[in-house]
Amino acid sequence: MRSVTHALGAPIVLLKHVCKRFGDVEVLKDISLEVAKGETICIIGPSGSGKSTILRCINGLVPVTSGSIKVDGVEVNDPKLDTLALRRKVGIVFQQYNLFPHKTALQNVMMAPVTVLKQDKAEVEARALKLLDKVRLAGKESSYPGELSGGQQQRVAIARSLAMNPLLMLFDEVTAALDPETKKEVLVTIRELAAEGMTCILVTHEMSFAREVADHVYFTDAGVIVEHGAPDEILQHPKEPRTRAFLEQVL
Amino acid sequence: MEAFADWFRWLYEVTGINLTYFYDPFDRARMLRGLLLTLWMAGVTIALSIVVGLIGAWLQGSRFRWLRLAVDGFISLFRNTPPLVQIYFFYFGLGYMLPRVPDVSSGQLEPLLSNVQWAIVSLSLFAGAFNIEIFRSGIEAVSRSTVEAAESLGFSRWQTYRDVVLPLAIRTCLPALSNNLVNLIKTTNLAYAIAVPELMYAAKQIWADTTNVPEMMITVLVIYVAIATLFAWGMTRLERWLKVPGFGTGA
Repeated sequence: MRSVTHALGAPIVLLKHVCKRFGDVEVLKDISLEVAKGETICIIGPSGSGKSTILRCINGLVPVTSGSIKVDGVEVNDPKLDTLALRRKVGIVFQQYNLFPHKTALQNVMMAPVTVLKQDKAEVEARALKLLDKVRLAGKESSYPGELSGGQQQRVAIARSLAMNPLLMLFDEVTAALDPETKKEVLVTIRELAAEGMTCILVTHEMSFAREVADHVYFTDAGVIVEHGAPDEILQHPKEPRTRAFLEQVL
Repeated sequence: MEAFADWFRWLYEVTGINLTYFYDPFDRARMLRGLLLTLWMAGVTIALSIVVGLIGAWLQGSRFRWLRLAVDGFISLFRNTPPLVQIYFFYFGLGYMLPRVPDVSSGQLEPLLSNVQWAIVSLSLFAGAFNIEIFRSGIEAVSRSTVEAAESLGFSRWQTYRDVVLPLAIRTCLPALSNNLVNLIKTTNLAYAIAVPELMYAAKQIWADTTNVPEMMITVLVIYVAIATLFAWGMTRLERWLKVPGFGTGA
């Protein structure tokens, strides 16, 4: 089944034998995975298993120790890497939203296209307004992050990433800091994005959401991928005892 | 105008309170020149010390260890010596070691910098050293994750500094900056020691002629209070103007 999806085209993200150590700590040990265009994958696993580090390596925020990461055919583990070009293709949304607190919602969305891509301000504004509307924040354009709820801030952060027209979106435990109600608003937005064909990699603790939205689920523990497969396989019928133990704890 | 001067002459005759600068044109001109010179020095040293602070704080984040060490050395030197000693060092020490240059009009050999210029250099570096520390504390208060968000959107180091770090840092450190600059305004009167005819110097010249020491001393006090109060009021206005809803202490 899965290999069918993978055969759809060249993978947009391809990790081969990626290792990452911080000092003496080996955070990632031989991670290999691939994501095809339009696919949504979820990475689950206990805290400290290296999930977030995988995302940070993919957009070059954290350099890998060894191995290869290819995003849209470009090698990330390359000292001559054009980080700007990479980051234009890869949007990332963080657990703590990380909006620019001194800018309004609209300015937050507009800043990168105007500053980094030097796009026309009026054009960017029109697009930013549409994006805010898309994440159901029409009317909040001139609110500052401090005046918005966590869920609203997170949706601004999603719109901010989308304004760069990325090929790929990374979501790093984006609902972990939210209460159940606001969590839903954010998950709806992500579900829509995935349905529209955006390639998404999610690190998440929302098992039911992973099951619903993911094409493929990876379970990581202690820096290795323990098992991966279709959401139902991994979440309903895990083969590995470690996966089973983890799922028993969280479900 | 004449009636105004007459009234102060009458005040002197009746009460003995001698405010010469209100009725004597010569004293008025001296006093006014002193006041203007104090204001000019305050304005220039405030601007230069902020520039020193910004550059120093930027260099402190440098990759090169020797640059960071140089900034630390500069701060220790200027923070741990009395400003009067610094002014003497520049004017008498450094000033006499530097070559003399021919004056443009007379052709006579003149010191490279005048006493006013040395005072400005010395005071700007003195207050600048404190400003570096103030700006650094503001920069350190900007959360790492906000900076990471800018990086992941493709901002260069300079764009991140200009559009994210600096605007946030300045809001955080404005109260401390305001304190240091009020201090600087008051410290400009140390230029008196190298015969810069600023406010205090002018007042002393007048009382030396008229022996109206208490009147002149009170006048000087009142003027300093007025300048500092006005400046502090302006800084508070600036703080309020920069205030972002939901960010900082007002959250």
